[in-house]
Amino acid sequence: MDIQVLGLRKSFGSNLVLDNLNVTFPEHKVTCIMGPSGCGKTTLLNILMGLLSPDSGSVVGVPKLKSAVFQEDRLCESFSALSNVRLVCDKKVEDKTIIAHLERVGLKDSYGRKVFQLSGGMKRRVAIVRAILAPSDIIFFDEPFKGLDEATKQMTIEYVKENIKGKTVIMVTHNLEEVKAVNGILIQMGVNEE
Amino acid sequence: MSSIMSGSNKGRPEKIGAIVFALFIWHIGALLLDQQLLLVTPLAVIKRLFSLWTEADFLSTIVFSFLRIVSGFFLGLIVGSILAVIAGRFYLAEVMFWPFLVTIKSVPVASFIILCLIWLSSRSLSVFISFLMVLPIVYTNMLEGIKSTDRKLLEMAALFRVGWLKRMKYIHLPHLKSYLLSACSVSIGLSWKAGIAAEVIGIPDGSIGEKLYEAKVYLSTADLFAWTVLIILFSVAFEKLFLLFLKRLFVQLEGS
Repeated sequence: MDIQVLGLRKSFGSNLVLDNLNVTFPEHKVTCIMGPSGCGKTTLLNILMGLLSPDSGSVVGVPKLKSAVFQEDRLCESFSALSNVRLVCDKKVEDKTIIAHLERVGLKDSYGRKVFQLSGGMKRRVAIVRAILAPSDIIFFDEPFKGLDEATKQMTIEYVKENIKGKTVIMVTHNLEEVKAVNGILIQMGVNEE
Repeated sequence: MSSIMSGSNKGRPEKIGAIVFALFIWHIGALLLDQQLLLVTPLAVIKRLFSLWTEADFLSTIVFSFLRIVSGFFLGLIVGSILAVIAGRFYLAEVMFWPFLVTIKSVPVASFIILCLIWLSSRSLSVFISFLMVLPIVYTNMLEGIKSTDRKLLEMAALFRVGWLKRMKYIHLPHLKSYLLSACSVSIGLSWKAGIAAEVIGIPDGSIGEKLYEAKVYLSTADLFAWTVLIILFSVAFEKLFLLFLKRLFVQLEGS
């Protein structure tokens, strides 16, 4: 079932962020949202994730099993990368599977280290692996590849592409290359205001 | 900026030097005063400590007070934590608890002791007074910790449908660690001070408080100092051991 966003409106105080937004996100496809900063991309994502309530309008068709890479990493800093991923996985997912995924994104020697000991780019990749391995029908990505150097970004994009097949994906990005790399359907937000 | 009052190992030689200097000043002061009734020398206190050790009721006296004060501390820790969790969850509960906590915090401990002597037997007085001293400290610290829990992590846990037990382990407990350690560090010393004060006023048989009271009655300054040294030693030892236990517990939790 496609996700339908109908007449969505959201403001923070006097700041109107989303005004009568209508958009459809096709099921089992990758949809990428682009737009200038402050145009409401993350707000839309938060409403779709159920973390924010709209002032008016409705969202239908969002699957129950959700997963996400947030704008911030949102990791448990005093636990290892492995533990952070294990936190959201089904019991049947073995540690060796998680380790294989972490190794796939270049964290071979780091999965046992506590998150606060990892660099920003490493934390980002842990957050991506967590989102991939969590049981889900839809994955939200909010600028997932920010802070990654070019080579690591390409490796991580490949990893994401391999692991999102058959899932509904909604990705916020500022980079057209990333949209092309994940074969995403592009939705532009805030272009009229520009 | 590091502080000499903090429990770190930094400046340990300086601390030892300061203690030796303080003992030296005390010794010289006692010699100059030359009044055993007013101020005994540190050597006389050490001598009395060794003779106390050989007395028949020494161990039972220590055990009597230790068990009651520590029980009061644990009771305050448990009840304070539970109340903080309830208050953190329900604002109305926080409001309802507020007058009780303010009263406990502001009423002089001596007033509580005398009031409690009417309600309770003198033997259980130190348990209740220690409990009363620990409760508001633990409650306040834990509530502050609960309120400042990272909402973004809680949102993450909600989105990924993380169960409450895992939320406790991964989000709440690591965040509350510093608040809990700080509460325990402050309240252990206070529970000993207030517990012994309760015993001195209530004079239960076979307690450290009774020994301090007898020292006052018989004007035995060496006894007063020796028992005081023992109270400090037990209070500090219990604090260090309990904090070490808690820290190990958190290391195990985060390592598992």
